[in-house]
Parts: sequence; structure tokens; C-alpha cells
Amino acid sequence: MTLSLSPNRTRPASTAPEPSRRPRRPVPIRSFPVHLAMLAWSVVTALPLLWAVISSFKTDDEILNDPWSLPSSPQPGNWARAWTEASIGRYFFNSFIVVGGALALTMLLGSLAAYALARYEFRGNRVIYYTFVAAMFFPVFLALVPLFFVVQQLGLLGTYHGLILVYAAYAVPFTVFFLHAFFRNLPIEVAEAAFLDGCSHGAVFFRVMLPMARPGLVAVGIFNFLGLWNQYLLPLVLNPDPDRYVLAQGLAALSVSQGYRSDWSGLFAGLTIAMLPVLIAYVAFQRHIRAGMTAGAVK
Amino acid sequence: MRHGRWRFLAGALIPALVLHVIFVLSPYAQAFYLSLTDWTGVAGEAHFVGADNYKRLAEDSLFLDALRNNALLLVVVPLVTIAIGLFLASMLHLGGRGGRRAIPGAGAYQIIYFFPQLLSLVVVAVLWSFVYNPNTGLLNGALRAVGLDGLAASWLASPSFALPAVMAVLIWSSVGFYVVLFSAAIDGIPHELFEAAVLDGAGAWATFRRVTLPLVRDSVQVAFVYLGIVALDAFAVVQVMTVGPGGPDGATEVIGLSLYRNAFQYGKFGYASAMGVTLFFATLTLAVLALRGGRKSSVEAM
Repeated sequence: MTLSLSPNRTRPASTAPEPSRRPRRPVPIRSFPVHLAMLAWSVVTALPLLWAVISSFKTDDEILNDPWSLPSSPQPGNWARAWTEASIGRYFFNSFIVVGGALALTMLLGSLAAYALARYEFRGNRVIYYTFVAAMFFPVFLALVPLFFVVQQLGLLGTYHGLILVYAAYAVPFTVFFLHAFFRNLPIEVAEAAFLDGCSHGAVFFRVMLPMARPGLVAVGIFNFLGLWNQYLLPLVLNPDPDRYVLAQGLAALSVSQGYRSDWSGLFAGLTIAMLPVLIAYVAFQRHIRAGMTAGAVK
Repeated sequence: MRHGRWRFLAGALIPALVLHVIFVLSPYAQAFYLSLTDWTGVAGEAHFVGADNYKRLAEDSLFLDALRNNALLLVVVPLVTIAIGLFLASMLHLGGRGGRRAIPGAGAYQIIYFFPQLLSLVVVAVLWSFVYNPNTGLLNGALRAVGLDGLAASWLASPSFALPAVMAVLIWSSVGFYVVLFSAAIDGIPHELFEAAVLDGAGAWATFRRVTLPLVRDSVQVAFVYLGIVALDAFAVVQVMTVGPGGPDGATEVIGLSLYRNAFQYGKFGYASAMGVTLFFATLTLAVLALRGGRKSSVEAM
């Protein structure tokens, strides 16, 4: 054991120091340094977030004078200013429309395509499936320049429906990939019984298979929602109209313009408004969300 | 019945395929051709120039800075993130009493660690530009509070600190996800294996190296690919947070930023496409290497 020789603070899990170790006795991990390390990373993670929330209630003077001070009296006006004057409210609304539309479209088209590819044998099935899957491995940067001109030629630049279509197009491949595996593993008997009862193919899908696939839909839905909500590169290129900015885009623009005006408190409030709803939703549904987010990697 | 089958299949597949072909496949295909032209965005004015764009890339010092920075990110970000992630995940599981129980409060730790994963990289970048602010930032404020005034710096304006500052942000925002991912993998290891290791007198480090690590190898491999893609991108954080952006003096330039600037500010669409193709081959190489490297070493371990 070299560990007991090198006192390594980041790896506090060293063995008991006594040199004669009886083989049958469990070797305890000292739990105090472990706790300290776990706690340290919690602080590193949570402190900047907490600091931003607290700063959003401070005056500009307080922010400039001492980053560690608490607000002497909370300033809800910062939030109101960020919401209206700095247009965070409008950006929120834009994000809501675009992400809502794109999510609905992605889930509908993705689940239909995944189901058709998973449960029906026909010529070209594998080719279509791999066409979708291959797209997951291409960097979006590669498509960026031609995509801009495709969207421009279709007259969709800077429109809600243009963004919705593009968002959905880039979210469908993963959705197909994920749900394909899911539909494959659903039992075949239920669908067969439904066919014998005279259900059409569409009815079997919507009334029988889709409800059975609910856990998979929830997981990939959460994954897609966060991915779409946090999208930045696509709107940056395809959505040049400041009135239509989505939240991430608006916040990035704001950090430049508010920085010039040195409205720090308003900017902190805008940042807090942008991150708080997601964090609150997460604490409420954290198990589902973590499962959904990691599902893609576990396969 | 058969008629209904084909109608259903067409209805289920064609909408998704149309979207896929128009907005995903055709842009990808066009990018390869555009990278061989001098196109500046005027319709019909694209001339075939062969490999000229690529030759110019090799002499573009800012692009070479970008390549170097992406390579550094590619080495540091996955290694550090995976190391911290594995450490925290195994401590969550085995840090408790007797070295084989979950640590008390493991659930709460997982909730907190995962926070940054939920935030858009733009939100993360704006937040950290506050943290790094030389006068009013949290970081220098903390250093001054504990009497280390000498260490306070203007992090993002210094050529030597700017790139590590970007790396720290990417690591900070990624660790939580991999703690949860590795945690799930460690959950899948039969508990008897840990008990046996403890009975054999294996210390924590030996248990980690001989039991945990070989059995979560698949997850680590996936993590390398994902984090590699994050490191090859890094666009949002650099574009929002750094001076310039990409500065000071190219210290934080990345391929994505060069591409974006050349295309949408300078209108050099052919040249920018060549950067996109370069990035594509870098991503492809990374994926192939990570998957092949992983297979080889897992054979050695068996």
C-alpha cells in the first residue's frame, strides 16, 4: 500500500495506519476526510449559484463594494427591471413557444419513426435507421453554414416555426435511437391482440403501444426538453431578430449590453430568473430527471 | 390490412424523414462540397478551389491557436472530470461505515452535484464571468477574504490564466453528470464483490483499482467520448465569457469560434466550411480512438 506513505488530501480514503493488518478485519475508510471532500465539492457547486441568487437582491453599490456581503435590504426591483426593461420576460416567452412546439413535434415524429422502424420489417428499414443514428455523431458546426442558407431560402430565418422545425430536426435522431430500443423490447402479444380486435395500425400505436412506452417517453422527453431549452448555437445563427431571442441568446446579449451600462444587479437578477425555474423543477422531479439525462449514456 | 400497413408506415416515417433530409442530411453533405469552394454567400458565385481552403487553414495562425487550445481542452477536461467524477461516485457508495456502505447523505450530495448539468452553458458562462470578475467577483473576493490578496488576478484577461479558467468552467459544469452516471454503474456491481475485497483485506485504493474501475470501464469509455465532444466544442463558454471573444490574443480561441466568425462576420463561407470539416474529422478520430482504445485495454484486463 503506497497510499499510507503519501498523505494525499484529495484521496482521503487511506487505510488504517497500524502496520500489522489482520486479513479478516475490514479495513475502514476514515469517514471524516471523505465527508470533507464530498462537502467541498458541494460548496464548489452550490456556492456560485447561491451567490448569484443573493447578489440579485443587492444594490449595485453593494455588489461593487463587497462580493461577500448580504443585501442590507432586498431589492425586488432588480427582478422587475430584468423582467421588463431587460426583456427577460419576452425571452422567456419566446423560449417557451419555440421549445414547446419543438418538443411536441420531436416526440410525435420521433416516436412514430422509432416505432415504425422497430416493429415493422420492410426493405430499407436498416438504411433509414442508420441514417438517423449516423447524424448523432456529426458536429452541428459542420452543418451550420449550409443550414443557414437552407433556412434562409425557405424564408424561415428568424421565425418561430423555422426554429421549431430545425430544433425538432436535430432532436429527432436521438429520440429515434432511444425509443427504437424501447419499442423493440415491448411484448408482442398485446399488439397482436389489439390487431385481432380490429384495431388499425394507427390505433394500435396511439392507444396501445404509446401508453406502454411511457417510461421511455418521459425519459427522452426530459432529455429533449433540457437540450432544447439550453440550445444556443442554432438560435444564434438562425434567429437574428432581437424581439424573437430565446432565453440563452437574450441572456448572452444582455451580459454584453448590461455590462456597458453596468447594471450589475439587473444582470444578476436576469441570470437568476434564467436558472431558478430549471433548478426548482429539478428538485421537485430530481429522480426522473437524473434518470432521463443519464439514460442516453447508459443505453 | 396490407394496404393499411403501408399507409401507416408512410405516415409514420415520411414526416420525420423529410425534416431529417432537409435540415440535417443535406446541410452535412453540402458542407463537404462548400469547403472546396471560395463561396462568399452570393448565389451562383461559388468557384471550385480544390484544397486551397485547407492550405490556408494550415497557415492561419489564429486557427492554429484554436487547434492547440482544443487539443489542450481535449486532454485536460475529460481526464480531470472523470477523475473527480469517479472519486466522488465511489465515495458516495463506499465512503460510509466499514468502507462498503453508502455515505450518509448520498442522495443529497447527488442532487447538489447535478445542478450545473441543468443549466445552459450560456447561463454557466455568464455566472462564471461574474465569479472571475477581477474587482467584484466571487473568486478574488474569496482569496482576499482569506488573506491571499497576492493570488487575486484578472483571470480572463491574463494570457496564462484564461484557458485554464475556461477549462475549470467546463469541468465544473460536467462533473455532476458523471458522478450520477458512474454511480449508476457502481450500483450495477454485485455487492458481494466489494464484501469479498474487504474480507481479503483490500484497502480502499486497491478495491477501487481492482474491483470498481474494471467494472465501470464501459461508462468511463462513454464519458471520454462525450467529454471529448464537449472539449472540441467549448463554443458557448468561450464566446460568452472570454475577452474578444477568444482572447486575450487567441489564448482561448476554439475551432467553433473561428468557424462562426469567418462565416457569419466575414462571410467566408467556403473557408468556414473547411473548418467544419476539420472539426468533423477530429470528432470522428476521437470516437474511433476512444472506442478502439477501450476495447484493447479491456481485453488486457480480462
